[in-house]
Parts: sequence; structure tokens; C-alpha cells
Amino acid sequence: MMIINLLGLLLIALIVWWFWLYKPQAVLADKNTVTVVVDNGTYEPSRIRLLAGQNTTLRFLRKDASSCAATVVFADFDISEELPLNKPKDISFPPLASGEYPFTCQMQMYRGALIVNENGE
Amino acid sequence: MQPTDIHVLDKANGSQETEYLRIHGASCASCVSKIEGALREIDGVKEAAMNMAQSTVSVTGHAAVEAMINAIRAAGYDAESITDSSNQSVLDEKEKADEAYHKRLMREMWIALSLGVPLMIYSLVVGEMTVTTTMERAVWLIVGLLTFGVMFFAGRHFYIGAWKSFANHSANMDTLIALGTGTAWIYSMFVVFFPSLVPEMARHVYFEATAMIIGLINLGLALEIKARGRTSEAIKRLIGLQPKTARVVRNGEEVDIAIERVQLGDHVRVRPGEKISVDGIVSDGLTAVDESMLTGEPMPVEKATGDEVVAGTINKSGSILFQATRVGKDTALAQIIEMVKRAQNSKPPIGRLADVISAYFVPVVMIIAVISALVWLNVGPDPRVAFAIVSATTVLIIACPCALGLATPMSVMVGVGKAAEAGVLIRNGEALQTASKVTAMILDKTGTITLGQPAVTDIELAHANNESKVLRLAASLEVGSEHPLALSIIESAKNRGLELGPVEQFQSVTGHGVEGIVDGHALLFGNEKLMRDRGVDIDQHLPSAQRMAALAQTPMYLAVDDQLAAIIAVSDPIKEDSIEAIKRLQNNGVRVVMLTGDNRATAKAVAERVGITEYFAEVLPDQKSDKVAELQMQGEIVGMTGDGINDAPALALANVGFAIGTGTDVAIESADITLMRGSLHGLADAIAVSKATLSNIKQNLLGAFIYNVAGVPVAAGVLYPFLGLLLSPVIAGAAMAFSSLTVVTNANRLRLFNAQKH
Repeated sequence: MMIINLLGLLLIALIVWWFWLYKPQAVLADKNTVTVVVDNGTYEPSRIRLLAGQNTTLRFLRKDASSCAATVVFADFDISEELPLNKPKDISFPPLASGEYPFTCQMQMYRGALIVNENGE
Repeated sequence: MQPTDIHVLDKANGSQETEYLRIHGASCASCVSKIEGALREIDGVKEAAMNMAQSTVSVTGHAAVEAMINAIRAAGYDAESITDSSNQSVLDEKEKADEAYHKRLMREMWIALSLGVPLMIYSLVVGEMTVTTTMERAVWLIVGLLTFGVMFFAGRHFYIGAWKSFANHSANMDTLIALGTGTAWIYSMFVVFFPSLVPEMARHVYFEATAMIIGLINLGLALEIKARGRTSEAIKRLIGLQPKTARVVRNGEEVDIAIERVQLGDHVRVRPGEKISVDGIVSDGLTAVDESMLTGEPMPVEKATGDEVVAGTINKSGSILFQATRVGKDTALAQIIEMVKRAQNSKPPIGRLADVISAYFVPVVMIIAVISALVWLNVGPDPRVAFAIVSATTVLIIACPCALGLATPMSVMVGVGKAAEAGVLIRNGEALQTASKVTAMILDKTGTITLGQPAVTDIELAHANNESKVLRLAASLEVGSEHPLALSIIESAKNRGLELGPVEQFQSVTGHGVEGIVDGHALLFGNEKLMRDRGVDIDQHLPSAQRMAALAQTPMYLAVDDQLAAIIAVSDPIKEDSIEAIKRLQNNGVRVVMLTGDNRATAKAVAERVGITEYFAEVLPDQKSDKVAELQMQGEIVGMTGDGINDAPALALANVGFAIGTGTDVAIESADITLMRGSLHGLADAIAVSKATLSNIKQNLLGAFIYNVAGVPVAAGVLYPFLGLLLSPVIAGAAMAFSSLTVVTNANRLRLFNAQKH
């Protein structure tokens, strides 16, 4: 029983680490346009690294028919855009200040972030 | 930090320089250069870039789409435009996609339930589904494999979604469903394969739970899609107002062309009963136009040469010709649609807590499921393993982040649409929420309570003058003025056929009047204060001025060579329905305050007539925002209503600024809320709709909170020690599927709300 309890606690620790503490690698946007594919409950890539002071366009391509995927929200910028199915939709940003700007679906289940910093690291 | 210049290019919405095409038949890397090369050869194409993975190509430049498609066909492939086009086609496509998704979900539901329901009935009739004999093991193995088929054919999207988001370090509803149904199935298969490793009492299988949950959740999602479609009915109606073709005069002939091809300056013919296709100015003809679909104003509006007509309204009586002044995305209708769409997607602050909770929700539920299983294993009754599995599965399945996440956006969607139907444009969720809490409303008198079209109603003469003479002098002087009352004096003089003279040394005394020289006479024209400041004796005529003011007229004094010549009274008629609308506001507990630059006596008379007890008179234009601040200091949440032109600072300072439009003259950018029709009823409607929407959001949030806060512990089995109650995973699946449907249905209830009755 002790082992099972320990395994249970370990599982809880793993959940905390995997979903909250671990920060996955961000994809560096080497061009001004980054395509984000919305499919199967995720944004791909979900973490996008941008250089500060650079214009950027995110091109969303939604392949997920689920109505959850239909809207992308950038709460920091008060942007909430509907994404058509299987058609690109561009959202352009002026040069942004350093910082992390999350984007989500309407229900916060699909999650991604723009990470803006000076040197792209 | 909030960047100011973010813009969204809707690639599904024409008029961009970049065209997107989907390529068919391209399968190798060499196709890319062939297609790009073919496109670059077209005149006007600057750049062509193909994305092999998506089979799309983006073409920058000014070439026609047909030319691009032809070039690609000539190169041996096929292509179609995916850049297209109007709001209508975007909407049609969305509906088509939703319909296809709905069909898929329904099909998957039938697959899952056709196994789940018989198993469910079996378990209810025969009792426990246990594995004891070899025969039972064989039968349950087959059932287990069938259940796997259900998982694969009807529930695959849950498992793929769960895996993808897991790999991405995130979790969503799919995660919970996949874990719940997966746990039940794996445990059942374990029992089938290794019954001896499981205590005898715990040798249950839960295949019916897996199949039923998948079926019920697919059903819930399918019903939700349908219900969601209804939440956007208002925007669909607006989009539907846009006609598809227009009859324009080209080379002296009237021809029907697609709406997208109408150009600025085109002369457009509209016959009785037809919709007006773009915005323009009537150049010939006389008619009445029904603008109710945009303004909420039921009476048709007369239109003659020089009047403005707007797209989407209906020409009722005569045939007219008008010149297009705004086309495509610039028409008032297109802008209204854009604004309503944006507002529908924006969130009021009340939804933020739910967002924070949603962000942590799924992992927390997973942790609760583990804890629940551990507690059952440690202190539960036998069969502990079975109880642990059931409680963990039920916790995972019953938790519904969707209900929480949908609570706010669904109500905003319906509420903003409902307001738009009443001619009220709400800028965003925040404006909606603040409007619902307004405690004090400042109404600018001119143009808001009154028509804003003052006319000369009385002239009292002094010192043997005659009416024509004083009116001519006053009007000649006022030609230089920008004051709204000036126009009424000039109009009145013109109506009497008087010829105005030139004015010299014109000067405006802000807030008090004007002065200048006409026909060699030094003229002063303005209020009592101006006369007193300049030492003009008016005492003898004060009672007359007061009598005029008491009748809600504005008396203005004209002095010729420092001697009073006349008092000219101007009156701005009160809008017919102002009294009733103000009463509606007051009945809703709003403190209504009037604000005007007029003298105290006139202000009092107008205020009394419309049933307002509090008013600020003699307020100079730049003092309007001070009055807003004054009320805010008293702890009021202040709404300011004005015409949006000269009271912009006050509108901005108020907690909510209401711009009152006249007809379809949309002051979209200037205020939090724009009232499309001149009536103050729009204001009462706006407040009623926002109150109703906010209370709908609160019901939804509360319902979703209570559902999750109560449902999860019950699923974990907290009631078991007291009542012996432990939920079945199937019940949890049904509850979960219908909880989000309930939220959407409750939001749809708002569609029936009648603002006018509040």
C-alpha cells in the first residue's frame, strides 16, 4: 500500500511538473510570418519566440473542426478573432515590447504564447 | 503594454494584395518551383510562395485571380482561390463546416451508443458485469474489443487531442475524457486478462461506461454546435442585409453587377422594394426608406436629392438614383458588422476569473482524481480497487471546463447581437459590463433630449425696431458663428426672404455670444451676461426674457450700437419620446442629470417638461467633463450621452460614453456605445440589454461553478460515507455533456429578451 501511495504522490508531482513547471522550447520566428496550425486541441508551434522591435504576422491555419478551436484570443491586446476552417487568417503585430503574451482559445484550453525579447534567446 | 496598431487581415475577405490559392495535384518538390515560376510570369505578380505542406500558395501583387488559376492549370495542376470574399461566403462556409462536424459527431454518437446502450441495459437487467468463468472471460474479451472499436471509430478525436496536448504540456477537455474512458477500458481489459491478480469482488468490467461516455459526449458536442449556431443569429441577419447585386449605370445603360464590383462614384438605381446596395447620396428621385434594420427606428425615412442612403436598408416607395460614396468594407453596414463581430468576441472583465480557473482546471482535476483513488485504496470498503477506479474515472469525466469557459462568451455573443438589433452598437465586453452598472446618466440637452434643430419662435422688439431689420442684422452677424443656434437665426432670415449683409470685425465671445459690425452698426448678440458685461441696459425687458425661458425657449439679446434692439427667442423642440425614455431610465434606478450651455431658466423649463429634477445650466463646452468628474466624485458610475462631436472629452471621461446618432450617421469610433437612432429609448434599451446580459453571464458562471464544485466531490465519493452514494461514470458522462449545453441554451434565452419592456 505504501508503494501505491508513493506512486500516487509521484504521479501528482509529475502532473504539476509536466503541466505547470515545465516550459517547452519555443520556436524562433526567423521570418516575419509564422504559421500556427490549430489542430487536435493544440497550437503548433505553441510557443513562438520573436525579436523585440520587429513587425510580425501570425498566420493561423485551423484544421480542427471543433468549435473550441474557432476563436483565438490575445487577451493582452484585446484581440479575439474567429479562425475559418482550413483557410489562413493573418493577425499582424507591430513591434512588441519584451515580455510573454499568451494566446488561447475562448475557453483557455488551447494555449500558446508569444515570447518577445531583445536577442531572440 | 498595449500596441496600438495591431490589425487583423481576414484572408477570407477580399481587397488585399495577397491572394491565397489551394493547389491540387502537386506532389513533389519540383512542382513548387514550376507553380511559383508560372505565377511570377503573370503581369502584376510580385511574389509567389508555395507552402508544400499545406498545398497552398500565396501570391502578392495586383493580378486577377482567374489569371493565376489559368497559369497554374497551364502548368499542369489545378487551383482554387481560398482568399474569397464576402462576409456571406465566410458565413456560408462556417455553416457548412459546422454542419459537417455535426454530422460526424452524430454518426460517432450512434456508433458508440449502439454498443453502450445494450451493455447498459444488460448491466441494469442482469446486474453486475463480473468476470468469473472462462466463458465470461471470452465474452467480455469480445465486448472489450468491440469497445476498442468504439474508441477508435467514435472517440479517436478525444485520444489524439489528448495526446497532442499532453505532448505540448497542456491539458484540455479531451485529456479528461481520454483519461476517464481509457482508465475504465484498461482496467476492464486487465480484469479480463488477469482476473487472478484482482480481488474477486473487484472483478468488474466497465466497457459500458467507456462506450456510453463517448456516445453521450459526442451527442452533447453535436447539440452544442447547433445551439452555438443560434447565438450568432443577429450577425447572420446583419450580414443577410447586404444585397448580392446592384444595378449601376454604365455607358448610359443600367446593368446588374456583383456588389463587389460597384465603384466609388457609380450611379446606382434602386426600385421600390429593393435593397440599397452601397452607401451613397441620392442624385435623383424621391422615396421613403425603411432603415429599421439598422437603427431600430420603425418609421420609414423620406429621401430626396442630396440625402444619404445606406447599404442594407430597403427602398419602400419611389425609384431613386444615387451616387456611391462608400463601397465594400467602408459602408456603414460593413462597419457595423465588423464592430458587432469584434464586440461579440470580446470578453467583459467578469469573465476573467473564469479564465484564470479554466487555465488550471484540468491538471487540478487530474490531481483530485489521483487523490480520490488513493483515499479509496487506503480507507475505502472492499472492493477497494473497483471503488478507486470508479471514483477516479467519474471525477475525470464529470469535471467540465467547457461550461465555465463558455459561460461568458456565449452570453456576450447573444447580448451584443440583441443590442445591435435594437440599433445599439456596443464596442466591447467591458462597455457592456459597465453599462449594466451605470447609476447616473448625464444627458446633453441639445440634440439628445431635444431634436437639435432650433428655430426662431419669438421676437420682442425694443426701441421702435422692426422684426425684419433685427433679424437681418442678427443673421448677418451670425454667418461667422459656429454655434448651433446661429443656423436657426440665419434660416429664419432666409425664410423671410431677407438678404444678409457683410460682417466686419467678427468676434466670438466663447459661451456668451458674438460681436461685429454690420452696415456700420456695432452689433452685440448673445446672452444676459454679455449684455451686462458691455453695459447694455436690458432691465426693462428682463421679464419678457424670463417668460420666454420659462417656455423652454432660449432668449438672445441683440444690441445695436450698445442699445438693446430686440430679444430673439429660439427654441429647440423636445423629441417626442424623450419624456417616456427618461422615465424608463429613472424607473431602472438611474439618476438622470441634464447638462446644457443654455441659461438656467431655459434649462429648468426643459428639465421640468421631461421630468428631470437635476440639471447643470450655463455649462461651457470645456466644462462638460468637469460635470462628469463631479458625479464620479460622488461615487456614481456615470454614463454620458452626447452627439459624439463636441462632447468627446466628456464621453471619454465618463465610465460609459453613449454617442447618440441621427439615422445611420455612425459615430462608431467615438463612444463605448453608439445609438443608431436619435431616440433616447435606445439608451434605455442599451442599459436594459446590458443588465440582462450581465445577469445571464452571472447565472451561467454560477451554474458552471456550482456544477463543478459540487459535481467533482460527489464523483470522488464524499457522499458515500453518509448516504452510500457513488455516482456511476455513465451518469457523470451525461451530466458533463449536458452542462455545457445548458450554458449555451441559457445564453440563447437572451434572444427572447425584449428590451422595450424594461
